Formats: sequence, structure tokens, C-alpha cells
Amino acid sequence: MTVTDEPVAAPPHATHLLAVGTKKGLWLGTSEDRVNYTFTGPHFLMQEIPSIGIDTRGGKTRILVGLRSEHWGPTVSHSDDLGASWQEPEHGAITFPPDTGAALERVWQIQPDAQGRAGVVWAGCEPISVWKSTDGGEHFELNRGLWDHPHRSEWGAGFGGAAAHTVLPSPADPATIHVAMSTGGVYRSTDAGESWQPRNKGIGASFMPEETPEFGQCVHKVARDPNRPEVLFAQNHGGVYRSGDNGDTWDYIAGGLPADFGFTILTHPRRSDTAWVIPLIADAQRIPPEGKLAVHRTDDGGKSWTRLADGLVEPEYNVVLRDAAAVDTAEPAGLFFGTRGGTVYASADEGVHFTPVLAQLPDVLCVRAATIGA
Amino acid sequence: MAGEVNLLVPRLLQPLVGGSGELQLDVGEGAPLGELLDAVAAQFPVFGRRLRDETGTLRRFVNIYVDGDDVRRLQGLKTRIAAGQELMIIQSVAGG
Repeated sequence: MTVTDEPVAAPPHATHLLAVGTKKGLWLGTSEDRVNYTFTGPHFLMQEIPSIGIDTRGGKTRILVGLRSEHWGPTVSHSDDLGASWQEPEHGAITFPPDTGAALERVWQIQPDAQGRAGVVWAGCEPISVWKSTDGGEHFELNRGLWDHPHRSEWGAGFGGAAAHTVLPSPADPATIHVAMSTGGVYRSTDAGESWQPRNKGIGASFMPEETPEFGQCVHKVARDPNRPEVLFAQNHGGVYRSGDNGDTWDYIAGGLPADFGFTILTHPRRSDTAWVIPLIADAQRIPPEGKLAVHRTDDGGKSWTRLADGLVEPEYNVVLRDAAAVDTAEPAGLFFGTRGGTVYASADEGVHFTPVLAQLPDVLCVRAATIGA
Repeated sequence: MAGEVNLLVPRLLQPLVGGSGELQLDVGEGAPLGELLDAVAAQFPVFGRRLRDETGTLRRFVNIYVDGDDVRRLQGLKTRIAAGQELMIIQSVAGG
């Protein structure tokens, strides 16, 4: 292990942790009430932080970050002391095996597995690939089933690059994993990653000649229901969808939204059929509707939506990217997001009211929140 | 000095090579740049990964100069380095 960054004083011990990854560094905040935060940062100044994973299993808190320097390339570091020090595996946590001829471009997703699967952490990367670690994220192994997939040559690149940006292991069944990629859509494995099948029936692809192809969709984010693992929500490049059958089929649920484009989608940590989206006008524009940023929440699986904007500054012409939003597991659930204009909002009441907790940061790429103390 | 070259390390990467701004590399009778970087990476793996990706390719915005000449204008990583030459790593203009 190599210590890769100048030590920064650890935040005081507190109940809530908020991690904000930007285009030019990482900020870490702690709070007792999710309104007033003490932040440290920037950690990794001038490095892009497209992915963060906060692993609180086993009573410890490990922060994993995907880093990318324009000059010095991508890597993964972790901290077990809330950012006071960072360790980077000497030979890299994620490196492509020589036979692939590929090189890591960016780590888009770091996802600790379910509570009972200590040490298992998943990663989604560019080029499109999924990785699994069994040692807490210090070393990852390439998933060959997806890497060797016959569809690979037909997967494309969205504006941000060709990546597996979402990895969702099922808490109910260790053999079931959903992956979303741009572009390619949703893929599912039910044999622990040995094989992967596209699962996009019903999801649109307005940029392709066939409106609902088997695969090729530009799914921006997928989230899983907390109680019924077969229920999934997807924010697509045009369209918000819900699946009640493990991704086999998807239903359009954006009818009550002001726009059906967006990047992020979140589900509640405990309550079924609650989800949040942040709609954007597309494609001629790419801004919050009328320049007014708002979160929309459904509590009935997408049949109806409630607009939530109390505390959000107007006007706002910046978007919220796919991983720049998060929920925590506290009661009531906290909701957090950041804009490409560098404003970060926190809500301690599931989105009823928001407080700006950071402003004028570089573009916010990733936000994660966790409860770290009693 | 015979058999050695100096590698000048930019300040940002110096913590990865023990804090030094300059490394002396044994080049024997002369060796390709790639082999020299392999040897450095064996000693300082993280430093090695900052310069080259896992395929061994020099990162796009990392430039290495040999006595003032960009190796990309020479023979890249196959450029033969002789004792007494100076290698300089410079990050190119990138980002915003």
C-alpha cells in the first residue's frame, strides 16, 4: 500500500457522513443533524472523483474512491479513518488482465454488496466492464462473462464515455446482479456473473431506429426496491421506468413528471415503491424545466409524483449527474445531491426541505451518504 | 556516471519515489526507455502506473524528454537511452 495524498485532518466523529466527489477533488462532511456540516477538502485536489463507495459493514467505515487524473490516469484509493489518510494498492485495485489488451479509463461505480456479504465490493468501469472484490475493494477481478459478451462490439458510448455505470447485486440472491451501461442498457445475471442477458423490454431508445430494441438503450441509472428485490426503477435517456419482474419487462412511469429525461434515480432505504428523480428537459435543452431545479418523489411506484423544491435555489441551469445523488439509511431517510454548478443540497426529511451545504465547487460527479455512528 | 541516466521527477510525483526529485537509473550499455521504466516501476509500482497504463502505453498527457527531445518524436518507448543522458517527465497541457 502507498499513501497517495497529503493527510488532511479527519472530520470529528459524528453520526452522518456526506462524501462529495467533483471534477477537481473530494469533500467529506460530517454532521449530527444533516443540516449543519463540517467539511474537509479538497482531498485529491485536481483529480476527478467519479465514484465513491461508503462501506459501513462490520461496524467500520471504509471510504472507497475512484480517482482519475487527466495526466496520471485512473486508480482507486480507500480510507479507513474518514479521509485522514488514504491507501492505494501498489499494483492498482483495478487493472485489466494482459490478455484483454485493455486499459482502465475511469471507475464509474463502487458498490459495496449486501450487508451479509462482508468484503464483497463491485465496481463498474470504462471501458464497459464489471469487477468484483472480495477483500473490501483493495483488489478487483474482471467479470469475464460480461467482458466476453457477444454484444460487446455493438455497445456504444454515451457522451460521458462507454461504461458500466450501475452495478446492483441483489440482496436476496447472491447469484442475481443487474448492470446498466451507456449505451447498451440493462443486463442481468442470475448465475453469479457467469452469463448476462439484456433486460430492456419496454425501455425506449429514441436515438435508434427500433424504438425498443433488445439492447442498446442508454439507461442512465437503475435503483432497486429495498424490500422486493425484483422491483427496479430506471431513469433512461428519455423515460422513467419500473420493473416488477426482475427486469424482464419495464413499464413507463413518467406520466406525472414535467420531463422524462434525467440522469439519476434513487429508491428509499426501507419503503417500497418510493423513488426520487430529478427531471431535465431534453434533448434540445438540457436544463431543469424552466430553469427551476426540483426533485420529484413517488410513493406509489410511479403512479403519481410530488414536486419537491423547498430550499432549492432558483434559477438553476445546471444538471444533476447520474451518481451525484444519494440517500442514506437514517430515519427519516436523508436525500442528497449536487449540481454541475457545484451546489450540494442535503435533506434530512426525504426531500421535503433542502439545505445548501456546499456551493461553488467544481462540477459534482458523485455524492454518497451514510450513517456512521449511533 | 558511466552506465547511469538521470530521471527528473515532477514535484507532484515525488512522494511516489520516496520524495526524490531525481532518480539515477542503471542503463548499462544502453537500453530502451520502456525497459528503464519497467525497472523503475518494479521499485515504485504506483509511480510506474502514473506514467503508463496496464498495457504499457505511455499515458496520453505524460511527456518524457530525452536530452530535450520528446520521445514521441523519437522511437517512443523503444528509444534507446545511453549513459549520461537526462530524462525529464513533464505533464502536458490538459484539462480545464
